[in-house]
Amino acid sequence: MLIHSMQSSSNTARARRAVQQLRIEASIERIKVSKASADLMHYCGEQGKYDPLLMGIPASENPFKDKKPCTIL
Amino acid sequence: MCDQTFLAITFGPCDSCSENRPLMNLYIKTEPINYCSLCMEIMACQGLASGETLKSLKAESETLRKKLEEERKKLHDVELEKVAEKAEALGELNMKTRRTLKGHGNKVLCMDWCKDKRRIVSSSQDGKVIVWDAFTTNKEHAVTMPTTWVMACAYAPSGCAIACGGLDNKCSVYPLSLDKDENLAAKKKSVAMHTNYLSGCTFTNSDMQILTSSGDGTSALWDVESGQLLQSFHGHSADVLTLDLAPSETGNTFVSGGSDKKANVWDLRSGQNVQSFDTHDSDINCVKYYPSGDAFASASDDSTCRLFDLRADREVSIYSKDSIMFGAASVDFSLSGRLLFAGYNDYTINVWDVLKGTRVAILFGHENRVSSLRVSPDGTAFCSGSWDNTLRVRQEGRGVGRELKQGGTTLYG
Repeated sequence: MLIHSMQSSSNTARARRAVQQLRIEASIERIKVSKASADLMHYCGEQGKYDPLLMGIPASENPFKDKKPCTIL
Repeated sequence: MCDQTFLAITFGPCDSCSENRPLMNLYIKTEPINYCSLCMEIMACQGLASGETLKSLKAESETLRKKLEEERKKLHDVELEKVAEKAEALGELNMKTRRTLKGHGNKVLCMDWCKDKRRIVSSSQDGKVIVWDAFTTNKEHAVTMPTTWVMACAYAPSGCAIACGGLDNKCSVYPLSLDKDENLAAKKKSVAMHTNYLSGCTFTNSDMQILTSSGDGTSALWDVESGQLLQSFHGHSADVLTLDLAPSETGNTFVSGGSDKKANVWDLRSGQNVQSFDTHDSDINCVKYYPSGDAFASASDDSTCRLFDLRADREVSIYSKDSIMFGAASVDFSLSGRLLFAGYNDYTINVWDVLKGTRVAILFGHENRVSSLRVSPDGTAFCSGSWDNTLRVRQEGRGVGRELKQGGTTLYG
């Protein structure tokens, strides 16, 4: 019987922790999805021109590009 | 006080222990509490705030959850996809494999780039950790860990050390010397100690601190020099499988994902769980921050990848197709955040348009699961590690800048 009530007190402790966590999460400031989306789009737009996986890299600047074999005349 | 509370003795089931006993009927702020004398004493010792009972806490929990849902719904005024209709369409991608790194004798489980954009560290199931020069494909260093399934490895920001761990429940740091013949294992330093397998590790802004995630359900921040635990992060109800640190400009947070299907955002200093997302239907295998730090992507065994915006506090996009039925193991963004590369258990890599939510390419080549995928620090290439024992470095194949079309006008980038 003592163990049973101990278990329920830890249930209470767990419930209290859950409530404290939810209080923190409920109190954060949120913005509208429209604003968040616009900001994501803006960032992609601004940075896109510098994105080598999007735009490609000139062969002369690309350290991974295989150099063409040289012919010795 | 006296006119607020009054005692009456009845016999019946206790609200706390459910035993039939003489009950002390207490009213705290008009709420009836029927506890037996034993539970009443325990409650007093617990130091519960007045008015708190299991019932009232559960009720408050429900109220808060409903409030959270309502708040999030109110701000859900449009879908990202809809807003992104205005964005330029992406042309065809032409990803080419530039290097195949062969040398592991078993499944590659994890890899990481060095900040010098050419070196890569990878770890495998047989305990081997290899440092490669990706330009030449030469192996620069190799160490055999005293454990199998090295699930996590990371390069230090200075390029002078690597960290790794797995079934040994530890994260160990190996300083890399210029002398290739030197025995790396001799200088090994054990930093992190968990009570279950190490699933992920990353250095913070310097070589001095490491953040780890573990199958024991926690993440932890460690001082490398002393091995001291600086902060621990509790909140996941199952194995933590992945973590990612926020880009340094956006402050001191990190995101973790676990087998409990949740992605949690944490404050590094306080250890506090500040945000939580639980829309996935299965284990979250990988989380990665969007380059601006305002969002993060996740890859899950439910075969979807998702984008979560931190300021809107909700999932804003889901990257999935009916034809994709296997779990996604790893994700990373391209430099601008426009492309999301995701490696799957069906051996493929899918490339997604982050804004429009559409798939723009499927990449084949690996002969087994893609376990790990990272874009290089300067965004020029990305590397994938696979259970086929190899790593592949790929790039966009067009040699010159590609065309971007915007509503009929062709722009040259």
